[in-house]
Amino acid sequence: MIIAKPKPIEEIIDLVKDLKSVLVAGCDGCVTVCEAGGMKEAQVLASALRMYFRQQGKDTKVEETSLTRQCDRPYIAQLDDKIEKYDAVVSLACGAGVQFLAERFTKKPIFPGVNTCFIGVTEEKGEWTERCQACGDCILATTGGICPIARCSKRMSNGPCGGSSSGKCEISKETACGWHLIYERLKELGQLDRFEKPNDPKNWATSRDGGPRKIIKEVSQA
Amino acid sequence: MHLMTAMEEGADGVFVAGCLEGDCHYQAGNLRAKKRVAYVREILDKIGVGGERVAMYNLSAGQGPRFAEIAREMTEKIRALGPSPIRIAKRKAAGRPTTEEAA
Repeated sequence: MIIAKPKPIEEIIDLVKDLKSVLVAGCDGCVTVCEAGGMKEAQVLASALRMYFRQQGKDTKVEETSLTRQCDRPYIAQLDDKIEKYDAVVSLACGAGVQFLAERFTKKPIFPGVNTCFIGVTEEKGEWTERCQACGDCILATTGGICPIARCSKRMSNGPCGGSSSGKCEISKETACGWHLIYERLKELGQLDRFEKPNDPKNWATSRDGGPRKIIKEVSQA
Repeated sequence: MHLMTAMEEGADGVFVAGCLEGDCHYQAGNLRAKKRVAYVREILDKIGVGGERVAMYNLSAGQGPRFAEIAREMTEKIRALGPSPIRIAKRKAAGRPTTEEAA
């Protein structure tokens, strides 16, 4: 899922401090699971903003809602008849959701309420770690199911590098060396011979180097 | 969220009474509550309400006298802090004087 973390409330206050009415829009998708932008977070932020405005002697209206997903038009369309009531929206969805709202409601400022961080997993309650950088050309079949793009700090196609020590990366003793993990996994799979043939240079055209990406699945199209 | 609602409604302070650490029926429920109380305190500090108005205490259901002691301790602490800025702002907005102004 997409992992995000809430923006500092001071930053959000700075965005909305001069407005008369604000809608805090949560998203029930990924950001709910990573506890950054679901209904609960929308309620807490809206409450905090109301208290802030109250102390400033302002009667700014702050309301909250949460949409099933902000990355699908039928769900964001649910705001069509409400959005006019507000001067701006603070979206707690990932960057995709914020942009989708901004595209639909062109005359309405849409502010991000979270920082979108990475595609990752829940290690345990309250802890999420990165697993994928959406490079568009998955090589997990050759690396024992461990991604060197996401897990190696240098995104090396062939590793480990000289900075790997006792299974840790040179950037931090807390960070596992991605290629060490790959080595250990391939050893368990009895596939260490994969190291005898270097991986080909990666085609980054499928990643961001090829510009904004688009996928068309004709069979799914209307 | 309940803590935020109470403060938004104008409560001068709120304390959360959890079970003794290690004795929670929900195992880690009181430890999670402790973290959430800390999170709410941080938010209240940042918006100028004051995080010290919210506190977490741990005691068992059999500690009635301790509960009374905590309630008194919290009441004294909040009384020393004075009315919540939210309550003062609400009274001002309603055209009613604050306790201090009335005095």
